[in-house]
Amino acid sequence: MEWDAAQMQEAFRNLPEYLGQHVLITAVALGLGIAISLPLAMIVVRRARMRWGTLAGASVTQTVPSLALLAAFYLVLLWLGTVTGPLFGFKLPALGFLPTVMGLTLYSVLPILRNTVTGILGVDPAVREAAVAAGMRPRQVLVRVELPLAMPVIVAGIRTATVWVVGIATLSTPIGQTSLGNYIFTGLQTKNWVSVLFGVVLAAALAIVLDQLIGLAESGAAQRSRRRVLAAGVGLVAVLAGGILPWRLTVPDASAQGRAYRIGAKNFTEQFILASLLRDTIQTAGMDATKMEGLGSVVAFEALANGDVDVYVDYSGTVWANYMKRTSVAGAETVLREMTDWLAREKGILCLGPLGFENAYALAMRRERAEELGIRTIADLGPHAPRMTIGGDYEFFGRPEWQQMRSAYGLRFAERKQYQSTFMYEAVATGEVDVISAFSSDGRIAAYDLVVLDDPKHVIPPYDAVVLVSPQAARDRRLVEALRPLLSAVRVEWMREANLMVDRDEDKRTVDQAAAWLRERLAGPPSAK
Amino acid sequence: MIELCGVCKSYDGGDSFAVRDVDLHVAEGELVVLLGESGCGKTTTLKMINRLIEPTSGRITVDGADVREQDAVLLRRRIGYVFQRIGLFPHMAVGENVAVVPRLLGWPRRETAGRVDELLELVGLPAGEYRDRLPRQLSGGQQQRVGVARALAARAKVMLMDEPFGALDPLTRVAIQDEFRRIHDRLGLTTLMVTHDMTEALLMANRIAVLDGGRLVQVGTPQELMTHPAGRVVARLMDTPKRQADRLEAIAAGEGG
Repeated sequence: MEWDAAQMQEAFRNLPEYLGQHVLITAVALGLGIAISLPLAMIVVRRARMRWGTLAGASVTQTVPSLALLAAFYLVLLWLGTVTGPLFGFKLPALGFLPTVMGLTLYSVLPILRNTVTGILGVDPAVREAAVAAGMRPRQVLVRVELPLAMPVIVAGIRTATVWVVGIATLSTPIGQTSLGNYIFTGLQTKNWVSVLFGVVLAAALAIVLDQLIGLAESGAAQRSRRRVLAAGVGLVAVLAGGILPWRLTVPDASAQGRAYRIGAKNFTEQFILASLLRDTIQTAGMDATKMEGLGSVVAFEALANGDVDVYVDYSGTVWANYMKRTSVAGAETVLREMTDWLAREKGILCLGPLGFENAYALAMRRERAEELGIRTIADLGPHAPRMTIGGDYEFFGRPEWQQMRSAYGLRFAERKQYQSTFMYEAVATGEVDVISAFSSDGRIAAYDLVVLDDPKHVIPPYDAVVLVSPQAARDRRLVEALRPLLSAVRVEWMREANLMVDRDEDKRTVDQAAAWLRERLAGPPSAK
Repeated sequence: MIELCGVCKSYDGGDSFAVRDVDLHVAEGELVVLLGESGCGKTTTLKMINRLIEPTSGRITVDGADVREQDAVLLRRRIGYVFQRIGLFPHMAVGENVAVVPRLLGWPRRETAGRVDELLELVGLPAGEYRDRLPRQLSGGQQQRVGVARALAARAKVMLMDEPFGALDPLTRVAIQDEFRRIHDRLGLTTLMVTHDMTEALLMANRIAVLDGGRLVQVGTPQELMTHPAGRVVARLMDTPKRQADRLEAIAAGEGG
């Protein structure tokens, strides 16, 4: 592992925001979780059937995978927006803080609810009888006797919930909530282990510190030690303030952060780099912008349509096939034109235009071997295919592109193999396979000295990288003008190079460094374009 | 002071009765013991008086008023209750335990504090030393003294006691029995006490009421019960301490000879 100074620097630079947001969502979700669970437990504890139903319901929510639960709230809010939008003219934000806090709150309910119920039911019946016989009303029995005696068990539930929430909050990144998870998601994707480690260690440390402080408060209360309770209280306030304040103070104009343009990025390297490029471009033009990284593919598009994301880069073929549901093959020009019309008409989204490179499925070979056989296009491949092996990623052989290539060029390979993408490149480099499916802007094409075969019949749908702008943001002329210089300016070789410098194992660059490198190319002498 | 008229309790809608047709009068200042074997209905009878259990039929009055016509909670605050498992609140200090009912009644803070100290002294626990201790720091006998103090705190005139000294070691038990009898007389209490300990009943009671199978089989002074037991059950109960005493005497004589 390489301890790159630039990676460390970037990790530290992001610390106030990632930690601040993480502490904020954790605190809000736990606060809400406690505010919901405690009264709920008191209502159901004496009613066997309600108690059973509530606990069963809470347990079921716990079995839903965390990421799916967070995503479910995104969908619920999105659907709510389609109802409230036309009716009342407002939509709740479906991405970011709201769905995250809703999901985390739901997660925190079970341990607190269950422990409160268990704790109250576990109070010695003799003590409860003494309370009733002394003339306490049911409420007084609960508040003066049962709750204090159940407190250690209740607090244990709160501590469990705390540890869970801190951990699960790292999964809020894909639904657009910044957290310590950003370190982990982008780090895993770009093989930046410094970043991954930062996220993991910080989240674990936060969980442990909060857990211990709450434990201290409880033991202090049980032993009637005012000093302990005070120390725990001071500690908790310090964690909250220490986590949130540096973020609120350092992020420029944090109160107006809602006004900053939100740049979306799906969860792969190229998207991270392009998002940084867009952000830096907007900031240079004197506006504020932040990144929302690691979004799911569909999440990013819906978020843009809903106005939760202002700008992001998508690919024309994705819009054509996945959102427009078109199955026909068309040329790049046609796809771009029809897509632009459709986006404007159906979603109000502005398709600003192509960045200038494609990230399409393509067939690639080792340069040496291609030259030896005289193969330059997929058509040239036809006669050799029966003696060749093709490798693809897990998705490739199920995609329409592959079907179309096969029938259009009459490809009949001797064998086909499936790989995780890293190993797929290794396989073609070592000659284990002859041809692989590749992404045309992938940095490893250059790194392994591969050639991408031409597609003379144009059966592979065009995947031009295009800048999409949300309906609201499209009205801001300043923004649109700031972004326009990027159009048709990014060459595929540069994008490959930028992707590679982040992805490779040696001499790695951070995402922001790669974006800066790309901007230098864009600003370079006209001859370089 | 306490009056039970035709009191019945059935848990199965009338097929069987835990308590059947009990008539009992406890006069003011009297200490009456409810005696009987396990499951004879004595605890059920006791708990019906402060409405921890509701009777199926019959009428119970305390101080002339029907308990069913009163708020059960307010009724309980006027009646002291002590039971075997003590039931001190483990999270409250001794003083707070004693102060529970006065606080529920909204007594002024200073009056409550004075009363707590007075009662702790009364049951033989110097307030300065014991007031701020937690129940788990006390012995069983000390805990039960606190239980008695708590029951008396709000100047209850009526005491219900369910095998109050059953869990204590013999020496402590005798001491606390004597003490309670003394307190009872000094404060002019009216007490109904449940026990299955014949000796305790004989030593403490003004009168003993013997229950068998939910029915009252005899009520009378200890002497009446000893000399004229009404039926086999009472005779057998009375016989036990006598036989024990005889055996003890025999052992003592054997040792002496």
